[in-house]
Amino acid sequence: MKVVIIKYNAGNIRSVDFALQRLGVSALITDDHDEIRSADRIIFPGVGEASTTMSYLAAHKLDTLICDLRQPVLGVCLGLQLMCTHSEEGDTTCLGIFPEKVRKFELLSTDSSSFKIPHMGWNSVSDLKTPLFSGISENDYFYFVHSFYATAGPDTAATCDYLIPFSAALQRDNFYATQFHPEKSGATGAKILSNFINLNV
Amino acid sequence: MLAKRIIPCLDIRDGQTVKGVNFVNIINVGDPVELGKLYAEQGADELVFLDITATHEGRKTFVELVKRIARNLDIPFTVGGGISEIRDAEALLAAGADKISINSSAVRNPQLIDDLARNFGSQFVVVAIDAREVHDYWTVTVNGGRIPTDKELFSWAKEAESRGAGEILFTSMNHDGTKNGFANNELAKLSDNLTIPLIASGGAGSMEHFADVFTLGKADAGLAASIFHFHEIAIPDLKHYLRGRGICVR
Repeated sequence: MKVVIIKYNAGNIRSVDFALQRLGVSALITDDHDEIRSADRIIFPGVGEASTTMSYLAAHKLDTLICDLRQPVLGVCLGLQLMCTHSEEGDTTCLGIFPEKVRKFELLSTDSSSFKIPHMGWNSVSDLKTPLFSGISENDYFYFVHSFYATAGPDTAATCDYLIPFSAALQRDNFYATQFHPEKSGATGAKILSNFINLNV
Repeated sequence: MLAKRIIPCLDIRDGQTVKGVNFVNIINVGDPVELGKLYAEQGADELVFLDITATHEGRKTFVELVKRIARNLDIPFTVGGGISEIRDAEALLAAGADKISINSSAVRNPQLIDDLARNFGSQFVVVAIDAREVHDYWTVTVNGGRIPTDKELFSWAKEAESRGAGEILFTSMNHDGTKNGFANNELAKLSDNLTIPLIASGGAGSMEHFADVFTLGKADAGLAASIFHFHEIAIPDLKHYLRGRGICVR
């Protein structure tokens, strides 16, 4: 099995690689188009800012490459957001794989002071769909760090509620994505990664 | 629901976890990676590793240690100590740290917060504030509380937030080491004034103190060191207790 982590200016590539290593999976970290196209599993990580990251992807022609992939792809955090249609962060047109928009969390004066931005820490997820969550229980906890969220819609594969219910995970065809960080979510996160690697295709 | 976080803090000297009172009688409490993994297995939500080594050789040891931590730990961790410029942070990010914490260097050069946030994102930047109260006035201190500065706690925390900090870690030097509970009044005031998460530190001595810091103190996370290292409180027991008090924990 050939597992590739798409190499670009994302902050969490090393963490994702280490998490895969803990599962006994050795991944290739590359931005080489042929290597990515020939992989069995592709992980699209992401920690950073949407507009600069989309510009980087476009400059390296990784945007069209990602959209054309037919093998299982897993986007993580900003990876998920960039797979939506549009992000309010930098008013950015994204890849358009999932028909959702990415909005900024907003605190209203009526919200209690217990809500902070970024949404940072362990939150529970529910309405779990897709084999990505097999063996995971409703309301298990995952680690989130983000100030922007993808709206909930037909492709939502897990929901998290923070100020508003949003997409904690999305899935369409061969494309999977999580807003939380499976690589930092303990045993439950490791299970997500192993489910992704072991998807039946 | 977003869970309240329990964060053990490990002080590191020359690559080993140490614990002492005011930097004297320092006791070696073991390999940071093994201790960190143990805490993670017990349900710690995050870890903080603070490098208290002063030497150049010690710094290199610490970066190597951060790589080992990142390889072995499957929960987020923050590293701090001796970060005074962008390239220090860059080395720690490259080694696999999820967040860095800056303290004295931010007080001396507040622009560092802006620079770090712009380069690595706010989520990477924790601003730690040590403050001491005298006659109802909270003075920000540096060097482990020994040196007072011209900054005041509440205005400095707000300034750090507006400069791009992703979290504030507040240690009350009046409460630190006392085991009499956290500075809940000041924490609640900070939490109400800030839009970013607040980590409470200093004063934890019992499980009840953690319940108080999340309810009365309105903190998002509670940090402690010796009570975990010396097995005075076990994390699973603490989580069980907090759940029983109606506090959302993982």
